[in-house]
Amino acid sequence: MSVSVSMTVNGEAVSGNVEGRTLLVQFIREHLGLTGTHVGCDTSQCGACVVHINGTSKKSCTTLAVQADGADIKTIEGLANGDELHPMQAAFREHHGLQCGFCTPGMVMSAVDLVKENPSPSEQEIRDWLEGNLCRCTGYHNIVKAIKAGAEAMRG
Amino acid sequence: MSEHGMGASVRRKEDYRFLTGNGHYLDDMVRPRQTFACFVRSPHAHAKIRGIDTSSAASAPGVIGIFTGKDLEADGVGPLICGWGITDKNGEPHKAPAHPALATDEVRHVGDQLAVVIAETLEQARDGAELVSVDYEELPAVVLPKNAMDASSPLVHADVPNNLCYDWELGDKAATEAAFSNAAHVTSIDIVNNRLVPNAIEPRAAIGEYDAGSENLTLYTTSQNPHVARLVLSAFNGIAPEHKLRVIAPDVGGGFGSKIFIYAEETVCLWAARKVRRPVKWTASRSEAFQTDAHGRDHVTHAELAMDADGKFLGLRVNTIANMGAYLSTFATCVPSYLYATLLAGQYTTPAIYCDVQAVFTNTTPVDALRGAGRPEATYVIERLVETAAKETGVAPSELRRRNMVAADAYPYQTPVIMQYDCGNYGASLDEAMRIADHTGFAARKAEAQSRGKLRGIGFSAYIEACGIAPSAAVGSLGAGVGLWEAGQIRFNPTGNVTVFTGSHSHGQGHETTFAQIISERLGVPFENIDVVHGDTDKVMFGMGTYGSRSAAVGGSALVKAADKIIEKGRKIAAHILEASEDDIEFANGNFTVAGTDKAMNIGEVAFAAYVPHNYPEGLEPGLNETAVYDPLNFSFPAGTHICEVEIDPDTGAVEIVNYTAVDDFGTVINPMIVAGQVQGGVAHGVGQALHEGCNYDENGQLITGSFMDYSMPRADNTPSVDIGYTSVPSPSNPLGVKGCGEAGAIAAPAATINAVVDALWDLGVHDIAMPATAHKIWQSIRAAKAAA
Ligand code: FES
Ligand code: FES
Repeated sequence: MSVSVSMTVNGEAVSGNVEGRTLLVQFIREHLGLTGTHVGCDTSQCGACVVHINGTSKKSCTTLAVQADGADIKTIEGLANGDELHPMQAAFREHHGLQCGFCTPGMVMSAVDLVKENPSPSEQEIRDWLEGNLCRCTGYHNIVKAIKAGAEAMRG
Repeated sequence: MSEHGMGASVRRKEDYRFLTGNGHYLDDMVRPRQTFACFVRSPHAHAKIRGIDTSSAASAPGVIGIFTGKDLEADGVGPLICGWGITDKNGEPHKAPAHPALATDEVRHVGDQLAVVIAETLEQARDGAELVSVDYEELPAVVLPKNAMDASSPLVHADVPNNLCYDWELGDKAATEAAFSNAAHVTSIDIVNNRLVPNAIEPRAAIGEYDAGSENLTLYTTSQNPHVARLVLSAFNGIAPEHKLRVIAPDVGGGFGSKIFIYAEETVCLWAARKVRRPVKWTASRSEAFQTDAHGRDHVTHAELAMDADGKFLGLRVNTIANMGAYLSTFATCVPSYLYATLLAGQYTTPAIYCDVQAVFTNTTPVDALRGAGRPEATYVIERLVETAAKETGVAPSELRRRNMVAADAYPYQTPVIMQYDCGNYGASLDEAMRIADHTGFAARKAEAQSRGKLRGIGFSAYIEACGIAPSAAVGSLGAGVGLWEAGQIRFNPTGNVTVFTGSHSHGQGHETTFAQIISERLGVPFENIDVVHGDTDKVMFGMGTYGSRSAAVGGSALVKAADKIIEKGRKIAAHILEASEDDIEFANGNFTVAGTDKAMNIGEVAFAAYVPHNYPEGLEPGLNETAVYDPLNFSFPAGTHICEVEIDPDTGAVEIVNYTAVDDFGTVINPMIVAGQVQGGVAHGVGQALHEGCNYDENGQLITGSFMDYSMPRADNTPSVDIGYTSVPSPSNPLGVKGCGEAGAIAAPAATINAVVDALWDLGVHDIAMPATAHKIWQSIRAAKAAA
């Protein structure tokens, strides 16, 4: 049975018909064609799918599209200001916080939310926060460095 | 050093697209009229297929086609192959039981696929697959490699007696026996190299597509080597001739070896696309990835080291049982043989080495190359042995290593196990690692930790690996079914910018950046005017792909050769236009100059002249576009010392890595930022193996660790930062002097970590601990040792 949902994604009003079982990540990737949000697992562990729902980082693989009805969603595609990278994106680039790039959108979206919660996170706080984001490539070392620098840049 | 040349930490070209969500990974692709495939997989480790009833699935909504192994057979689709032939102790070829892409008579591991349902939507394909009913007759399963050869064990394949794929040997057995009979001390260990699940964060995926007009097939796949996939799918699976098949590997989200192989799913999607005359897409769920991506390691080893009274190594004797899983994956056979035993000399001058390996089948997922592939297993054997020997004889571990290392002036050094090391300075890496790790301060740190009730340990791993894979004739003589050269092409466009084509494939390594650095340095073209193209068999001439830390050494070297050809041709053009003799033209920093004058042409102007040849050398072909193939002279031999320092809480068994130092000799470093990233990632992989990761089956062959909930991955809060140093001796075996850096961390880290853990526990009476050394296991070992004391 299809249900209609509407929400704001990256500042644009969108709507669509989904099944009750359609996940938010499917709606974002398949209905809206925003493929920057990734799927890396089926047990809500990897964090490749993290987006912001009403300003807070959430795993879009563990949210039904219908649950996001009326919500304000931001995905990785909506983070930069035109061609100008968000300071967190820029910090990932500067500190080589990504290799294959697959975990990266989720990492960046998580990191931005961390800094909102805690503008000046310590290395340990960053590592603890990333508990729900897996990366197989980087060993996290440079991700942690990037988030520290990104936080500093966001503080301005 | 220029801003974008060799040796500069250039920020990566690929990052902007990945950071903004504009990467093109396979599952992001939508092909017109695409359909979705869902595979029917065995829930049993071993069962006879008595029947497959597809009738209710066939009438389910949206289902377009259902196929089984019989359909593949009827179409003449060949089984999946293993591309490396091993000759056993008796001169017989290894056993190669049939590996159908869809199982027909028996399923042999949990997740083994036996049918595919293709439907309009993914949900409909899944619903359809649920409706396929399979009549299984469960059979007993064999799970552990150490039991596989027992007479009482069930056979995975009826035509493979004792489940033995091969019993192979390397080295001089008699000389090794003699060495042991003269030994003053013999150290023995029994170790298990734990089975790992690769877990690239991007799951495998494929889209097969058929164009009825041209009769061409296209396979989009998450591959580390699209040309090899095309070759195998054509020549062995017979799906389409090579010229009618295009394989595209777009942005790939990590591989670590697991995306080298040619799997059932892409084979079936490609074949089925022609059947249903529409694109067929499949993306693995993580659960499928756990069950079907080729796993890594899984060795059971007994090893002995013979030493004289001065601690000089006299001989090394190793027996390994290696688990192949239920079928042979694409390169499975070479991993515990030629990629393993040939590295058993390590950094040492051990004169006599003998290794024999029994490769066995079990009812588990196939095992193949995973980051390091054979070399982590070899390093673990040697470095656990050496560390244990040091403890037993009371010689400091660093000192025992130093006494036995190949001297810096002994190259080329021929080991007793095939390899000839081309260059190195192992003592220098050891010294530098000890300096960075503040080894002299360790005793004080240990005492301080003790005052807090904590146990501190320090462990070394002096590793070596063979990369730059590989001289084609050499690997051919060892059984490889392919050549291991690499191709590169440099195409100047008329306006002077450059498109570079490489047969290497980047899935995180950053070739778009490093290869552009090589070209920028060699040809003086601005970095931003260079684009690197890879991963498409229609664009790139050929390629063997990326694995075995080979891309810079082999793929990069092909580009150097192509650049040399560009300069040669450019010199002719410049000489003509500048009205000078060719011999007087010098090339530097992108300019062709008449020696001793200020008459010069930029390479961009030369390119324009080559495409608009109005004033042009007679007889010279227009255009500036050169292709080269590089077949390496030898392997390259990255080596170094890693030192791990841990602190253990004896009350909980929890381990914290307090310092991790990696000093590596990678030869010439093209981009230090990228190389450091490879080391950090590799170390995380190796520490993961040592402390967290372990793939387990129960006695019935059910996969217990089948998700991220059960399989412990390295996470940000349990992975160390790494202090990095280099001691670089450029490799003489390729024109760049590079050695390869992608696997070193995963090779060195397990031994360094476990040696540190054992060092911390040694005085309590714990002299070994199996990987993964989880808190629980350590706590149990401490309790057992205390009870025994
Ligand atoms: S896809 Fe893995 S947590 Fe969402
Ligand atoms: S960059 Fe590849 S998984 Fe994180």
